Amino acid sequence: MKWISVFNSRRTWAWPYLLFLVLFVVLPLLLIVVYAFTDPQGQPTLRNFVQFFHTQEAVNTFIYSLAIALITTMICLLLGYPAAYIMATAELKTPAVMAMLFILPMWINFLLRTLATVELFNMFSIPLGGGALLYGMCYDFLPFMIYPIYNTLQKMDTSLIEAAHDLGANRREVFTKVILPLSKPGIYSGIIMVFMPTVSTFAISELLTHNKITLFGSLIQRAFGEGGIMMWNYGAALSLIMLVIIAVTSFFGDKEESSSQTII
Amino acid sequence: MAKSENLSNAPQTTEAGVPIIEVKHVSKQFDDGKFALNDVSLTVQKGEFVTILGPSGCGKTTLLRCIAGFQVATEGDILLNGEDVTDMPPHKRPVNTVFQKYALFPHLNVFDNVAFGLKLKKIDDKTIEKRVKQALKTVGMTDYEFRDVNSLSGGQQQRVAIARAIINQPEVLLLDEPLAALDLKMRKDMQMELRDMHKLLGITFIYVTHDQEEALTLSDRVVVMNEGRIQQIGTPTDIYNEPVNCFVADFIGESNILSGTMIRDRRVAFCDQEFDCVDTGFGENAPVDVVIRPEDIYIWKSERKHTDDVPDQSDYDPDDRVPKGNFTKWYGIVESCIFKGVHYEMLVKTDNDYEFMVQDYHEFAPGTHVGMLVKPEDIQILHKEHYLYNYFEGEVLKNGMVRFIDADWEVRPDQLEPFAAGDRVRVQVPFSEVDLQDYEDEGTLSGEVHFILYKGNHYHLTIRTDEGYDLFVHTEDVWDHGDRVGIRIAPESITLSKLDVENAQS
Repeated sequence: MKWISVFNSRRTWAWPYLLFLVLFVVLPLLLIVVYAFTDPQGQPTLRNFVQFFHTQEAVNTFIYSLAIALITTMICLLLGYPAAYIMATAELKTPAVMAMLFILPMWINFLLRTLATVELFNMFSIPLGGGALLYGMCYDFLPFMIYPIYNTLQKMDTSLIEAAHDLGANRREVFTKVILPLSKPGIYSGIIMVFMPTVSTFAISELLTHNKITLFGSLIQRAFGEGGIMMWNYGAALSLIMLVIIAVTSFFGDKEESSSQTII
Repeated sequence: MAKSENLSNAPQTTEAGVPIIEVKHVSKQFDDGKFALNDVSLTVQKGEFVTILGPSGCGKTTLLRCIAGFQVATEGDILLNGEDVTDMPPHKRPVNTVFQKYALFPHLNVFDNVAFGLKLKKIDDKTIEKRVKQALKTVGMTDYEFRDVNSLSGGQQQRVAIARAIINQPEVLLLDEPLAALDLKMRKDMQMELRDMHKLLGITFIYVTHDQEEALTLSDRVVVMNEGRIQQIGTPTDIYNEPVNCFVADFIGESNILSGTMIRDRRVAFCDQEFDCVDTGFGENAPVDVVIRPEDIYIWKSERKHTDDVPDQSDYDPDDRVPKGNFTKWYGIVESCIFKGVHYEMLVKTDNDYEFMVQDYHEFAPGTHVGMLVKPEDIQILHKEHYLYNYFEGEVLKNGMVRFIDADWEVRPDQLEPFAAGDRVRVQVPFSEVDLQDYEDEGTLSGEVHFILYKGNHYHLTIRTDEGYDLFVHTEDVWDHGDRVGIRIAPESITLSKLDVENAQS
C-alpha cells in the first residue's frame, strides 16, 4: 500500500529530473564559478578577470561581439516585425502556409545552413567577412524573431483595434497606441531569442569569415580548446562574464513578460 | 465643442421627431453570397432607446457594425444627422460603441482607458482629468482610476467600457450585447443602471440583444429581426401584444400558436370550437394563425368535455377568479406543472388532443381535469403566411419526371398527361405530405430544420434545402432546430397544374 503511494506520488517522479539538473546544470555552473575565481593551482584569485580587462584584444572582441549581436537583433526586429504583422493581420488566404515557410529553415541544422551560405557567397564571388557574418546571422535567426511576434499579434483581440478606431484613432494611432504596445511581449521574446544565441555564437563567425573575425564565443572556445589546461580558469572567467550578460537581458525580458504570458 | 457639464445637465425630455440615424434599404452580402442584412430600413429618433432584437445570426450585430462603420453595407445608405456616412471610417463618426466583451485595452489602467478618446483629441490634461472623473462617477466607478483593468470584475469592466464610450459625448451610443457576459443578478442591476444613464445623458442608445426580456424592459422601441430582415418595429407593448407574425409571437415571450379559420369579423374557429374575438377585416372563412399568451388563459377545475352541452355543476371556482359571461370554454387534463417562481406553468392537453401552455398563480397538479377560457381581446389573430400547400415552379422532363427545387421527382402518370416534356408547370405539395427522414441520404433532397412552430397538435417546420429553397412541413414528429433531414415526397402527393403568371409568385 505504502509502496504504491510512493510510486504514484508525483514528487517521486521528480527525483530523476532533479538529479539530472544537479548533475548537468548546477554542478557545471558551480565549476565555472570555482574555476573563474581560482588559478591553475587552485588558489583563489581575481587574476583571470584582471587579465581579461587588461587584454585590449579580448575587450575589443567582447565589445565587437555585443555590437554584432545588437545589430543582428535590430535588423531581425526591423525585418521581422513587418513580416509578422503582415502575416497576422493582412487578409491572406494562406497566412499559416506563409508562417510555416518562415519557420521551415529552422528544421535544417544551422551549421548546414551556414555552410550553404558560404557556398552561396563563393558562387557569386562575394568576399566573406563582416558583411557575410551579419547576413548569415540574420538569415539564421530571423525566424526566431518573426515567430513570437506573429504569435502575439495573431492572438490579439481584433475588437481592441475596432475599439481604438471607434474612439477616434486613425490607422497610425491604432498602431502606435494599441497594436505596438500590445505586441511588446512578442518583441521581447524575439529579442531574447535572437540576442542570446548571437552573442555567444562562434561557429557561424568562423565559417562565414574564414576565422578572420573572432567573436567572444570563439575566445572562450579557444581558451578551452587550444589553450590547454592552463587556460581553463581564464576561459571560465570569460564564460561567467557572458552568462552575466545573458542573465541581464533575459531578466529585462522576463520583467515585461510576466504581465502577459506570451512565449512560444 | 460641447462642455462636460452636458454629462449631468442633459435635457430630460428628448427632442421627439428628430431623426438622428436613418438606415435606408441597407443590404450586406458576404463573400459567400449570403445576406446578413436584406433591405433593412430603420429610422431612429434623437434621444431614443432602440433595441435590435433577434436570435443569433439574424443580422442584428451586422446592422450595428454598419452603423458604427466596422462594416460597409453592400447596398443602401446610412445617414447620421442627415449626412451620408455609409462609407465614412469609424474614427470619423460621432458614434461610440460598447463591445460585448468590453474590449478594454489591457496595457492601460482604468484612467487611461477612459481617457483614450480625449487624449487623441489633444485636449489639455486638466480637462481630461475632470471629464474622466465625471464619466467614472456616472458609471459608479469613482476611485477606480488607477486600477489595472484586468483586476476588475466583468460588471466593473463593462462600466469602464461604458465610461470610455460616453466620455466622448457621442450623439449615438451603440451597445452590442453589453450584458451578455454577466450573470443574471448583475445583468438585472446593469439594465436598470443603463436605463437611468440613458435618461441622464440624453444620448440616443442603440442596443443589440438576443434577450427578449431585456429588450422589453429597456427600450422605447424594439426592432425585431430575423434572417437579415426587420420583422416588426414597435413599442415593447405593441411587440408583445400585437405581434405581426408567428416568428415575433414565438420569439417574444411564450405563446400558444394555433391554426384557425376566421369565420367572419369578430368570430374565429380553432381547436374545433368557435370563439369571439375583436379582430376584423380578415374576410370570411379565411385561414389564420391564432396567438394566445399562456398568462391570458383562465384555468379552473372541471370534469366537463367541450362536447357537453349542459352546464356542469362540477365546475370549481372557489375564488371567483374566472370571468363570468358567455365565453367559449374548452377542457382538458393537466399534463405537467412547473413552478416558475411567481407562477405555475402548466401544459394542458385538451379532450380533442391540442396542447396549451397555461400560466396561473394557482397550482393544478398533473392529472387534474380543468376548464379553460380566454377573453376575446386576448385572442390575437394573424394572417397566415403559408397555408396547407407548398407551391413551386417546375419543368416536365423527358423521362417522365418533374424537376423542381433543383431535384427530379416522380409523379403520378395521370398528373403528367396534360403536359409535354419541356412544359413549365406549377407544382403543389401539401405541408402534411412532405416526408422527413432521419438520414439525409435517404431523401431525394437534403436540408436542415430551419424554424419550428408548435401549433397545439402538430409542428409547423420550415426546412431549408441545401440549395436554399424553403419547404413547409406539418408533422407530429419532434425535430430540433438545425437537424439534418432527408426530404421525400411520394408521387401521389404531387399535383401539377398549368403555370399561370399570377400563381407563379405564390
